[in-house]
Amino acid sequence: MSDDSTDNAKSMSIIVTKGSLDWAYPPFILGTTAAAMDMKVTMFFTFYGLALLKKKLNLKFTTLGNPAMEMPMMGGHMAMPNLLSVMPGVGGAAGKMMKNLMKQKGVASIEDLREASVDLEIRMIACQMTLDLFEYTQDDMIDGIELGGAATYMEVASKTDINLFI
Amino acid sequence: MAVHELNAEGLNCPLPILKAKKMLKGLAAGDVLKIRSTDPGSVADFSAFCTHTGNKLLSSSSEGDIYLFEIERT
Repeated sequence: MSDDSTDNAKSMSIIVTKGSLDWAYPPFILGTTAAAMDMKVTMFFTFYGLALLKKKLNLKFTTLGNPAMEMPMMGGHMAMPNLLSVMPGVGGAAGKMMKNLMKQKGVASIEDLREASVDLEIRMIACQMTLDLFEYTQDDMIDGIELGGAATYMEVASKTDINLFI
Repeated sequence: MAVHELNAEGLNCPLPILKAKKMLKGLAAGDVLKIRSTDPGSVADFSAFCTHTGNKLLSSSSEGDIYLFEIERT
């Protein structure tokens, strides 16, 4: 890393609003990659994004209402009809299938990506309001995160080059 | 000038970059990191990574299904 990398070094902030298994990937992949490229990264977790900060991750996935979702199966791609995805056990099975697919293809787990985020010193802020709303405490979340509100995020975003809402 | 190796075969984006970054951090200036990857996306990724971080991409080639990179820590 050259010391004069400030010319190229940029900063990025991401507002993370979703907490399902599939939606957990974009913020963590973008965040860790940017940090690996020497950018200063801040991730602000709000609403369902809070699920990604829980000590024990239990991310879920559903095919319901996911019209673009097609699993590679038996040589082709198969979508699941909505009616089938509401049946008990199907959601859980879809999540398991997705996690297995990821493992098989060498895609990092969210646990690994989150650990990499902490290693890469990404600033992770949990939305205080959402914590209160869903009655979570800081103890439910992993260590090393800050608490903040909208103004905290705005202050960061006003100085960052790239701001994403996921 | 030491040469280090990273086997990133079987790993998909963004793991090759993340692992390379972790190793490069521990290298001295002038050291070289040789990387093996099976991720076709890593070709463009390592080029972008080096351009942005200032590390030098010494070579980028392929051997069948394996992509090989040599990065010099600057």
